[in-house]
Amino acid sequence: MGRVYIFTRFERLWHWIQAVLIIGMLITGFEIHGSYHLLGFEQAHRVHTTAVWAFIGLWVFAMFWHLTTGEWRQYIPTMKNIDKIVRFYAVGIFKGEPHPFKPTRERKHNPMQAQTYLGVTVVVTPLIWLSGLAYLFYNELGAAGFRVDLGTIATVHTVGAFLMLAFLIGHIYLGTTGHTPMAHFRAMVTGWDDDH
Amino acid sequence: MQVLKQLLFALSMATLMGGTAHAAADQKAGAATAALLKSTADHSKFKELQRPFQSGPEVTKACLTCHTEAAKQVHQTQHWKWEYVNPGTGQTLGKRHVINNFCTSVSSNYKACASCHIGYGMEDGSKFDFASQENVDCLVCHDATGKYKKPSGFAGNPVTKDTEFPPGSGKIIRGIDLQAIAQKVGKTRRETCGACHFYGGGGDAVKHGDLDSSLEQPDKALDVHMDAEGNNFTCATCHKTDGHQVPGSRYAPTAMDKGGAHMRGKADSSNPATCQACHGQAPHGMAKLNDHTDKVACQTCHIPAFARGDMPTKMSWDWSTAGKRDAKGKPLVITNDDGHITYNGIKGDFVLEENVRPEYMWFNGSVKYTLLGDDIDKSRQPIAINTFEGGPDDGKSMIWPVKVFRGKQPFDPVNRSLVVAHLAGEDDTAYWKNMDWQKAITAGMATVGKPYSGKVDFIETVAMWPITHMVAPKEKALACTECHARGGRLDKIEGIYIPGRGGNRIVDTVGWLAAAALLAGVLVHGLIRFVNRKH
Repeated sequence: MGRVYIFTRFERLWHWIQAVLIIGMLITGFEIHGSYHLLGFEQAHRVHTTAVWAFIGLWVFAMFWHLTTGEWRQYIPTMKNIDKIVRFYAVGIFKGEPHPFKPTRERKHNPMQAQTYLGVTVVVTPLIWLSGLAYLFYNELGAAGFRVDLGTIATVHTVGAFLMLAFLIGHIYLGTTGHTPMAHFRAMVTGWDDDH
Repeated sequence: MQVLKQLLFALSMATLMGGTAHAAADQKAGAATAALLKSTADHSKFKELQRPFQSGPEVTKACLTCHTEAAKQVHQTQHWKWEYVNPGTGQTLGKRHVINNFCTSVSSNYKACASCHIGYGMEDGSKFDFASQENVDCLVCHDATGKYKKPSGFAGNPVTKDTEFPPGSGKIIRGIDLQAIAQKVGKTRRETCGACHFYGGGGDAVKHGDLDSSLEQPDKALDVHMDAEGNNFTCATCHKTDGHQVPGSRYAPTAMDKGGAHMRGKADSSNPATCQACHGQAPHGMAKLNDHTDKVACQTCHIPAFARGDMPTKMSWDWSTAGKRDAKGKPLVITNDDGHITYNGIKGDFVLEENVRPEYMWFNGSVKYTLLGDDIDKSRQPIAINTFEGGPDDGKSMIWPVKVFRGKQPFDPVNRSLVVAHLAGEDDTAYWKNMDWQKAITAGMATVGKPYSGKVDFIETVAMWPITHMVAPKEKALACTECHARGGRLDKIEGIYIPGRGGNRIVDTVGWLAAAALLAGVLVHGLIRFVNRKH
């Protein structure tokens, strides 16, 4: 039994602000897309674009933090022991087996987790960011001579949004798989990981 | 303490009253400034105008003694020629040539229709002397008294002596005093332009939908520019006229204006009547709204509905039902609850509407007409009286609001042609007199020298009227959701992606299914965990 201070204050702040912004942008984004009516197009658009700038600002800080602290290394992918992790979620978890991965300050994420976060960071996020910025600055792009079809931009942006939605569903669910359903959420709030 | 309070009160009252007196003095000074005569000429002091006038041309001759070039300028206008050759399509248009689906044609009805000609005595467009200077009507545009009238039936002439019209009807048209009118001429006003343009199609509000007599004294909600208590624009504020040439015509409209706002002193040959000529290309404070100005005409968002001035406009006209008479043998007339005529035996059935939501279409400014003699195929009805050309990809088109006017009108099924029907007049062949299509069409076609087979049928037609007046205040402009939604106003506009109107179906279907499957997966996973829990 150990107690590890795993998430620093900035990391936790970053995580939760990001959570609010991403969920907000998913809700307003799908409204702008025409999937449902909630705030009204104009308000949804305003919230969505405001959140975008907040998000970009947040990421500037986050990238600075990752680079200066060297925390970016947490996301270096590894296949070592990944079979054990997969087996745990497929079988072991139902038998009450202990989690095969023990987080430490040096390695906070299990291999499956690290790979997923890396994928979200290098595939899904750029997909959404690039298409989103092209969406936002569509007229400026056109004026600069880059004639891209708005429908194509919107489709790519939507694909990115669905991938993010999928990640969010998996992420929240896996958050309940600590030694108690709330353990991981508590760790993300306090920074301390209680390990039984 | 109490004394101090009273003192303060007295002091403030004195200041207030002093202020009021001061404001009153300011107002007086303001009134003196307003009384400054803007014109350098008082026409009542001119010897040429200090005499009685028996006819319009007499007045014009007097005008021309000083304004020596005015008539020659007017001669070059559509107002005078009633003819316009479209350089793009090569078609000869203008009132003398087009067929519409209201009263169809001026050709055999000049005596009535020419009451809106900027001239005197055009009884027949093919015989009228278009070189005549004295037949130019100065007063119809420059009357400042509101008393000048050109009654229907007098070929554009005013009536100067009390006259029974139609003869034998017992109805008297009062003669007007041209001398008094001539001595008070001034700049054009909404009322002078409106005397014709508000009454197109034979009555108030009938034709355009965005032009009717409610614009004589509009409030801000009806027209943000013409607001009588506010900006108080006249027609000519936008239709900035130079040498009597009035810019802005629906025969060749400026559908897309990529230029900036016009600047004083800087020569600019572009149409001054467009929105952009004043507002430029980026009029909105919010950048995303300015992103719309490359594809969406300003009018589309800023004129949410037309016929907003409590005057219904005609939306359709079915001539095929004309001819019914009442019990007394007079043409049957049916009115609706508001007192507007919805059926008239001499005209047929009408549909009238107020606050009409426009239809929307791509428009590049090119208008193609179906003219007299053009081959008509009834199986392809409704026949387009005119077609707004353009599309999403020509780089010249914008999405425009349009009044689509639907009609059913006489045509010749043998010669496969639209026809001119002789409607107005006191003669035996006029339809409005005798309600006999054979006579009316025979006489009508004779005036244009075109063949008529003797067979009459009715055909559905459709005409386009661009909506550009009755600009609402910005608070009343369309909300985003009006178009950014499924089934919104631009639902039928093709060739562009409109966020909110519906995206890629495959991506949406696969995306939502995948999200649902994933959610179901984790719920099942969690359920098994819950069932297998150890404590």
